[in-house]
Amino acid sequence: MNKPLRRIAIFCGLLVLALLVRTNWLQYVQADDLNTNSKNRRVLIERYAAERGNIIVDGKPITGSVETNDTDFKFKRTYVNGPMWAPVTGYASQAFDANQIEKLEDGILTGNSDQLFFDRTMAMFTGDKKKGGNVVTTLNGAAQKAAYEGLGSKKGAVAAIDPQTGKILALASTPSYDPTTFAGYGASDEKAWNALERDKNKPKLNRALREVYPPGSTFKVVTAAAALEHGVIDDIDAATDTPEPYILPNTTRPMVNHANGCKNASLMKALEVSCNSVFAKLGDEVGRDKMLETAQKFGFNDPEIDTPVRAAASVYDKNMDRPGNALSSIGQFNTATTPLQMAMVAAAIANDGKLMKPYMIDQLETPKLDVIKKTEPQEMSRPLSQKNAQLLQKMMENVVESPNGTGGKAKIDNVTVGGKTGTAQHGENNSKNPYAWFISYAKTADGSPVAVAVVVEDSEAKRDDITGGGLAGPIARDVMKAVLDSKK
Amino acid sequence: MSVVTNTTTIGAIEAPSRRNTELMLLAFAVIIPVFAYINVGLALDGKLPAGVLGYGVGLGLLAGVAHLAVRKFAKYADPLLLPLAALLNGLGLVMIWRLDQSPRLIQRAEKLFGGFSPDAPKQLLYSAIGIGLFVGVLMLLKDHRILQRYTYISMAAALVLLILPVFFPAVNGAKIWISLGPFTIQPGEFAKIIIAIFFSGYLMVKRDALALASRRFMGLYLPRGRDLGPILMVWAMSILILVFETDLGTSLLFFGLFVIMLYVATERTSWIVFGLLMSAVGAVGVASFEPHVQQRVDFWLNPFAEETWRQSEQIGQALMSFGSGGTLGTGLGQGDSDLIGFAANSDFILSTFGEEMGLAGMMAFLLLYGLIVERGVRTALAARDPFGKLLAIGLSGAFAIQVFVVAGGVMGLIPLTGMTMPFVAYGGSSVIANWALIGILIRISDTARRPAPAPAPSPDAEMTQVVRP
Repeated sequence: MNKPLRRIAIFCGLLVLALLVRTNWLQYVQADDLNTNSKNRRVLIERYAAERGNIIVDGKPITGSVETNDTDFKFKRTYVNGPMWAPVTGYASQAFDANQIEKLEDGILTGNSDQLFFDRTMAMFTGDKKKGGNVVTTLNGAAQKAAYEGLGSKKGAVAAIDPQTGKILALASTPSYDPTTFAGYGASDEKAWNALERDKNKPKLNRALREVYPPGSTFKVVTAAAALEHGVIDDIDAATDTPEPYILPNTTRPMVNHANGCKNASLMKALEVSCNSVFAKLGDEVGRDKMLETAQKFGFNDPEIDTPVRAAASVYDKNMDRPGNALSSIGQFNTATTPLQMAMVAAAIANDGKLMKPYMIDQLETPKLDVIKKTEPQEMSRPLSQKNAQLLQKMMENVVESPNGTGGKAKIDNVTVGGKTGTAQHGENNSKNPYAWFISYAKTADGSPVAVAVVVEDSEAKRDDITGGGLAGPIARDVMKAVLDSKK
Repeated sequence: MSVVTNTTTIGAIEAPSRRNTELMLLAFAVIIPVFAYINVGLALDGKLPAGVLGYGVGLGLLAGVAHLAVRKFAKYADPLLLPLAALLNGLGLVMIWRLDQSPRLIQRAEKLFGGFSPDAPKQLLYSAIGIGLFVGVLMLLKDHRILQRYTYISMAAALVLLILPVFFPAVNGAKIWISLGPFTIQPGEFAKIIIAIFFSGYLMVKRDALALASRRFMGLYLPRGRDLGPILMVWAMSILILVFETDLGTSLLFFGLFVIMLYVATERTSWIVFGLLMSAVGAVGVASFEPHVQQRVDFWLNPFAEETWRQSEQIGQALMSFGSGGTLGTGLGQGDSDLIGFAANSDFILSTFGEEMGLAGMMAFLLLYGLIVERGVRTALAARDPFGKLLAIGLSGAFAIQVFVVAGGVMGLIPLTGMTMPFVAYGGSSVIANWALIGILIRISDTARRPAPAPAPSPDAEMTQVVRP
């Protein structure tokens, strides 16, 4: 009987071998897949297992953690002034995952990142409790407050950038939401979340980064930059050969002006009163490809503007026909942009033509506040020469300073301010209330500390009262003022 | 090195009994779980667990009693079996205690049953009863061949044990329990031993008939109908268990056990072919109309499917436990295997080992089981009587199949069946029955390794002297 016994021994050996192979397969080959499985609650449990690190603005945390007596999630996220900061922080919810900085920097905030390996190891020896690291943002609390309060009950967004570094100073979006209301996983959290999901005003949408709007007349500064850069205009005070009315190329459709005195207006004058005809004709003369080139240098059509929260790509159509290009040159037709993108345009002009890559995480810190990683300002591109940038500055400052200028509401005493208004029509046959835009920058002796873009989507005001200068201008001014005051 | 030699003129030299080796190994088998226990305590509360002394002494005492019993009643037994079983039992106790500390499981129990009672003390009691039975087997069963006498009684007992659960209500979808007042017994665990005894007795008698009195048909030896009868009966039984008790594991275990023993008894490969054919026919037949079985297969193929997640979550959670353990594990007490919830410390306890001890721990752990099986097969090889050979291979084969079916199910290698990992899983029937199984194996190995008695002095010795002229 020994021969079959030996065979059975081999059979039993094969059973054990199969188990050994399987455990290797599961725990070595498939381990990563299993650990990142969306059904694996360990990711969430880990996220709230220890006190989560904070997101810092002006040296103070805008997030917090409270201890719960839950078995799965020991800590729950809280937010200081949640609705105001939600476009910056994103949310971290026990039931609904996380997004934006809370998600992108989860490794640092939970303390699990490999970058914190040394700290974890040290904590193991010193017996310290595990704690997450901090994310220090570039934001300016006063500017954010001015932006958020300026928007108030209106629907809209504000993006402010430090032109010299690319630091994002304010990022507001209204209506907003309070991430604290659904930070847990109970019934009230679910209710709050569902209410937000159903809200047709889309409060969870980060309008400053993720929504694209027709830029309206604010885009005219891009057209002006393209015209200067490509040599279509040399002298900004020289009269242009613009008929009134100007008929769009290849069509019989006249380009309507809302301003007076646009016939043969100089570039300076055209920007001051926002002549559609002059810029449509200019865009046509520059041509689609060169317009596209300049727009793309400003950041249009770039799907990977990561701040590190990714901004939606702004659009300057690559394939449109001549009339389309002419319309696009005044910010209509297919042209669409995020508030961040328009802030980048203003910033590049204010920074003498050098566009800095926008970013909002200044540095990452260990729980012991040692710096792990610091973001260095990075040049993104040079959309226009220094000379042309200064010419544009002159024109934009004229928009604010000149008695006829549309941007008078953004004036700040004793500070040079440049700006451009925009009123973008939208809806079928332009039936809906237009978007009010304002982009601007402030300048001191040390260069420009802030450039800002404001869009007010929809307001209670009557249609005729909506102009970029009237609605969005004061918000931009308050944001700039807040930044200037905090520099003193 | 001493060599056992038997000649008529030289008396037998005693084979080394290896009892001291066993004692040394037992010391390790006690110390390792005690360290594991301390480790869990430190990981969970940052201090030495309060019961460490009691636990260590308790485990040491149990191991000591078992060792003394072997020393006294089975001097020549295999030295590895007892330490291996003790180590597994000790590690299992630590794991059950560790899961007792899980706030998640405590809260779950309080929500579902209005209260929580720790399982580790109960398991310690069951282990003590199990070791008691182990000692009992060694004391009362002086020679395993006595069991031959009870061949048909065993069959009757096994049938009764297997059929009884049908009359009791299903627990969590499987009718594998008998409840007697406060006690619930899983008779399948005991039936596996009794049925191995029956098979050994039956096959020892019928093996020649089964092997030789057969016609050759298409290259296979077909046995006669009257010899085939009991085999068909067992096949039908295992299918009936499957149908009425929805117990996939037990039916697989019995059928596999029978095929192995038939093959060993008859030395005919055709039996394996028959066995596989019959089990395939049975499995496909049952699977085609039994939704429970279909469901298990579904869950096995798609544990993470959205539609079935509510029901297949346990399997998915177990897989994620193993993944989370990775190569080195999270460390004892530091995993989240309690997410499995129900049956975390019984059917699914292997996941906790997988998560907290990692791939390294799992390999070692599976090899411990492999070693027990290997020692069992070795005992079968060494046994001198066919009954002992059959019984030893039957018991170790059953053990191997059970380990494979449970571990394979939890690790997603095969569809999940509700059986317990021998020695480590929480459950009285399982621990007690497996200690009895080890007891019988030790008895057989003792008989097998016992040196042959010295030959009686020959009365003719005087007469056959060389007579000189």
